[in-house]
Amino acid sequence: MFASLSERFDGIVKNLTGRGRLTEENIKETLRAIRIALLEADVALPVVKSFIQRVQEKALGEKVLNSLTPGQELTKIVKDELTLILGEATAELTLSKMPPTVILVAGLQGAGKTTTVVKLARFLKEQGKKKVLVTSTDIYRPAAIEQLATLAKQTEIEYFPSSTNQDPLSIAQHAIQEARKLSCDIVIIDTAGRLHVDNEMMQEIKKLHAGVQPTETLFVVDSMTGQDAVHTANAFNDALPLTGVVLTKTDGDARGGAALSVWETIHKPIKFIGTGEKIDQFEIFHPERIATRILGMGDIVSLVEDVHQKIDQKKAEKVAKKLKSGKRFDLEDFLEQLEQMNHMGGISSIISKLPGLGSVPKALKEQVNDKMFLKMKAIIQSMTIKERRFPDLIKGSRKRRIAMGSGTEVQEVNRLLKQFDRMQKMMKKLKKGGMMNAMRQLQGSLPPGGDFNLPF
Amino acid sequence: MIKIFKRKNKTQETEPVSVFDKLKTGLRSTRKVLTTPLSDLLLGKKTIDQDLLDEIETYLLTADVGVSVTEALIQKLTKQLKAKQLNDEAVLLNSVRSYLESLLKDVEKPLHIPAQQKPFVILTVGVNGSGKTTTIGKMIKVLQNEGKTVLLAAGDTFRAAAIDQLKVWGERNNVPVVAQQPGSDSASVIYDAFNSAKARGVDVLIADTAGRLHTQSHLMEELKKIKKVLTKIDESAPHEVMLVIDATLGQNSLQQAKQFHEAVGVTGIALTKLDGTAKGGIIFAIAKELGIPIRFIGVGEKVDDLRVFNASDFVKALFE
Ligand SMILES: Nc1nc2c(ncn2[C@@H]2O[C@H](COP(=O)(O)OP(=O)(O)OP(=O)(O)O)[C@@H](O)[C@H]2O)c(=O)[nH]1
Ligand SMILES: Nc1nc2c(ncn2[C@@H]2O[C@H](COP(=O)(O)OP(=O)(O)O)[C@@H](O)[C@H]2O)c(=O)[nH]1
Ligand SMILES: [Mg+2]
Ligand SMILES: [Mg+2]
Repeated sequence: MFASLSERFDGIVKNLTGRGRLTEENIKETLRAIRIALLEADVALPVVKSFIQRVQEKALGEKVLNSLTPGQELTKIVKDELTLILGEATAELTLSKMPPTVILVAGLQGAGKTTTVVKLARFLKEQGKKKVLVTSTDIYRPAAIEQLATLAKQTEIEYFPSSTNQDPLSIAQHAIQEARKLSCDIVIIDTAGRLHVDNEMMQEIKKLHAGVQPTETLFVVDSMTGQDAVHTANAFNDALPLTGVVLTKTDGDARGGAALSVWETIHKPIKFIGTGEKIDQFEIFHPERIATRILGMGDIVSLVEDVHQKIDQKKAEKVAKKLKSGKRFDLEDFLEQLEQMNHMGGISSIISKLPGLGSVPKALKEQVNDKMFLKMKAIIQSMTIKERRFPDLIKGSRKRRIAMGSGTEVQEVNRLLKQFDRMQKMMKKLKKGGMMNAMRQLQGSLPPGGDFNLPF
Repeated sequence: MIKIFKRKNKTQETEPVSVFDKLKTGLRSTRKVLTTPLSDLLLGKKTIDQDLLDEIETYLLTADVGVSVTEALIQKLTKQLKAKQLNDEAVLLNSVRSYLESLLKDVEKPLHIPAQQKPFVILTVGVNGSGKTTTIGKMIKVLQNEGKTVLLAAGDTFRAAAIDQLKVWGERNNVPVVAQQPGSDSASVIYDAFNSAKARGVDVLIADTAGRLHTQSHLMEELKKIKKVLTKIDESAPHEVMLVIDATLGQNSLQQAKQFHEAVGVTGIALTKLDGTAKGGIIFAIAKELGIPIRFIGVGEKVDDLRVFNASDFVKALFE
């Protein structure tokens, strides 16, 4: 998410920084470009209008016009305003003093509520060491209850069963009773998707809310939502005292306008984002980091945290030790590194967080995709253990065999060997080894705009 | 508000409403609360000037029509304004409408199933939660009304309880569902279903697939593979690759259409969730850029809530 928006901003900002002084005309031109970029990113029109107005007021002030680096001044204004729109600070989940804390999840059809319920439950269980119980009050959509039951079981979370002939409020109340009995800390209630114009269904959820008095009422929004986000967010916020928002499906290429619109519209913070279909693809939302990301400055902080959380530290240490002891970094290690990358959501997720991504040409970005990694994996897996340890062995006929085995071409095997060679050289340079350093190295090795090759 | 849903009695039939009525009801409820219809905007305007064109621009942008189509239209109107061709608001409204209709006229092509093509294979694809499975459920009814027999393939082997969800739709409509275990290979389920459809002599096979973002290249590869195994049985299969698009989504839907089209050659589109306040304006850009036929629109969650797409009704409902 946000990638193309940041690409656009990058262009706009570059255009400005090249100039010595700014005229009112330049600024207007820039603002128009920003307006279009925001609209194409699905930022709600009223939000775009007030945003542009605020930036304009500040930009036309003395400070920018007289500055020697007007581009930078303007960038700063835009960034500050973006951060403001996204909500100022990371918002925490509130837990009740009297457990169990009840969390109600609401939203339109297909937004990602059920998935979010389980992701949040897992998050609270793993990060907060809480005992969590989930239940479904979606008595309408076929197999909605089974969906939650299946996910809860897979994730090993307490699940309170329900059925389509029960009343949603009664399900929820019984689930809370059960949670007390099991001394759970938190109960998360899944609800059916509903349209904000469906009076009957909006009444139902109001009644549900009044009946269970949740501490948190989260509104789940698809990050690909268009201009309608304003209408739905407003309507749900009027019907229910929302306490926060969860933005889902941010793993796609949506430009994330909904994120920018929601805060401006209902002034409720985005607390979490969903970054994939898998239950562990879920993150706390950091507005300030996202604003930076949109402006093409990268989200190094999140990346570093990712590295910490998702990299298997033991394996990383193993490689590091191996390198320290003077042993060679071989294709087995390379394969392991690839797996680790995968854990972090794949290369596209990593790249999206690197600074300067706006200036990496799109074609190149597409070239460095996860498919390529799958291929690389397949190639290495088609080698014998001996070949992995001693890549120099891999010559003509072996290459052909490996290519056949992995369903690739000999050129691709060659390319991989070359990349490996580069990686090996880089690894030699690293004193400590491991991903963290590699990442840092990688960061420095991305020439802005130019032809770049990932050193692995 | 006129009640569109009778959620408590899902199986109960509602009195027949025309597409246009239903669309209008959805859109009208919006307007009362949220926006002014374009016709109201124009009503009683004495002068047709740039300010009014700006208002039209705003109107289209908030309907997700997007910058490129909106700008093209506004440019056209500006020219007409300068040439003094926009004498009154009726002419203006007409100009707006005819431009938008012209974009959709060419893609107004209902799904046609030739009798000699048996079984006719429909592969449904789309991003997560767009309404694929529900649209399949609703399509069964449309096909049955045409006297066709249907078989379903539970190709979403990934999402939790997706198979059960499709089975419920099968039961509701008395249609068999070919399914395997969750986690099994989607292509192989659909391949088996195709063979079974042939053996049973059914008219139409509809295959469900797991929702996937168009950026996930390995999942797009999986769709290509499904297509490939189908051609092993019949060169011409699948006969329809139907992309299901959620009208609530914005400009990203154009990206979806492009990527799915590139990967598996989309031959038809269903636009869902038009019963809310979203207007699905991105469909204009999709029509303009890709020219893919639009088959159906979804106007609710019940089995009867699918309509054959009609360009002028769609544009009318947007403005009246
Ligand atoms: N209001 C309304 N809801 C719809 C419409 N079509 C589908 N839905 C609802 O949207 C949600 C998602 O629909 P599904 O059919 O499960 O979507 P899908 O694309 O199969 O979803 P995945 O398989 O999870 O990717 C469900 O709650 C449906 O009831 C429509 O036209 N109007
Ligand atoms: N790619 C992606 N898919 C998601 C995400 N969250 C949910 N989904 C998918 O979106 C679809 C709808 O989700 P679901 O939880 O059933 O939505 P609900 O109808 O609101 O309960 C399912 O296919 C989910 O797997 C996410 O963050 N990324
Ligand atoms: Mg659900
Ligand atoms: Mg489905």
